[in-house]
Amino acid sequence: MQYLPKLSGHRLAPAPVLRWRCALFLAVLLFPALLFAQTYAADNPVPILTGNAGFFTNVVAGKTEIVSEINPVVLVPLGDHWLIEARGEFEGDFQRKDWGDGPYGGQVGKELDYLQADYIANPYVTVTVGRFLTPFGIYNERLYPIWIRDLQSTPLIFPIGTGSSNGVMFRGGLPLNAKVNLNYATYFSVASTNDTLDSDRTAGGRAGLFFPGPRIEVGGSFQKLLQESRSNGFGFHFAWQPTPLPLNLRSEYARSDLGSGYWIEAAYRLSQIRGWNKFMRRAEVVGRVQQLFAGHVDEDDAEEYGLPDVNTQEADFGLNYYLHDGLKATASYGRQFSSDGNFNLWNVGIAYRFALPLGRPGLQ
Amino acid sequence: MTKRLTIIATLWIAAVISIAAAAVPPRNSNSPAAPPTVSKVQGADAMRLEGEKRFRANCGRCHAAPQKFPPRMMATILRHMRVRATITDEDMRLVLYYMTQ
Repeated sequence: MQYLPKLSGHRLAPAPVLRWRCALFLAVLLFPALLFAQTYAADNPVPILTGNAGFFTNVVAGKTEIVSEINPVVLVPLGDHWLIEARGEFEGDFQRKDWGDGPYGGQVGKELDYLQADYIANPYVTVTVGRFLTPFGIYNERLYPIWIRDLQSTPLIFPIGTGSSNGVMFRGGLPLNAKVNLNYATYFSVASTNDTLDSDRTAGGRAGLFFPGPRIEVGGSFQKLLQESRSNGFGFHFAWQPTPLPLNLRSEYARSDLGSGYWIEAAYRLSQIRGWNKFMRRAEVVGRVQQLFAGHVDEDDAEEYGLPDVNTQEADFGLNYYLHDGLKATASYGRQFSSDGNFNLWNVGIAYRFALPLGRPGLQ
Repeated sequence: MTKRLTIIATLWIAAVISIAAAAVPPRNSNSPAAPPTVSKVQGADAMRLEGEKRFRANCGRCHAAPQKFPPRMMATILRHMRVRATITDEDMRLVLYYMTQ
């Protein structure tokens, strides 16, 4: 009988212990399925662990920051129509403590960018449920991975309309005729205040027209906030890869009550330069100009969203060198201008993309 | 209590995914890796050329050309990119053909 009070007073283990137990249980439960679920066939898609890792040194207004990050992506195809995909983000930002005289220290941030189930319903529609990247503009969904982006610093307007959403999304691409493809994404997201799964209650979408001949894409995005201020946001994007040149031109404009602004970026691969071609063809020069007009947000809100709270301009120049497929050395210099003060931004680092099969990959 | 329900729900979802994964039958010849049926494209060489063209137009919009991975990995990557980059079904099939031949 003396044990009864203990039994009745039984409680769940502390939250961190529970999380570990839960993660371990999931790993044990899911891992065999990932490896052996699909019968081997030469063309049968295999689960993959991919992602990227990077190590960078930033000097912003004279302060040095060391950033190391790894972003694993898990892709699990199921049958002919399903894909489960997830991306985590682990980023350590380390700065000198004690006003610049002490040792480096800092925190490692952990985020779940997406954890979604995609159902390819037909050639024109894919249904996505779960946590997904908000389809607003092109940077968030397409250019964000560190091995893809040409300059490591994200654009000033990046926080406007982007991030992750929890809900349902319909998306797809279809040829309108031989010269034009339409791509679209429309979604509804619920509000969540969970630290790992935070999102706003929003609805919106993006549509674009891609002209494969001249390799031009133009499109627009819209977002309606269905909580608090119930404000609207919208944006436009443009991308062009002229066929005769190894040039990549991209641009975005975004506007919401957080602010408005644009960026224009050009990246030129030096493969057409005859001298030192073995070296030059792996090198790429990049330039970007951008401007942000601060919105009606106070300093705290601006900081929370990662936006400047005053009008800001910035110009960046960079050099990327592709050492190997998926391995890129990168360096850039930028200068930011605002009423808070002008300062330099230096960046140097390396980014690596990896891809490993979680099963037999088949013969190449 | 809410936390406990969340954990139970998570485990149930995991169990369903696990069972679904284990129950998936082998894919048939309608798989994306199968040669695309494009009436305009005749012959393997023409399809490879068209696939390369689509590859440069679609994939080159965002990133440098990656190495060719084994076919089963490529099939997964292309399915992922079909969703992420909203490329068309035909583009995906031709790019996959080009990247696996």
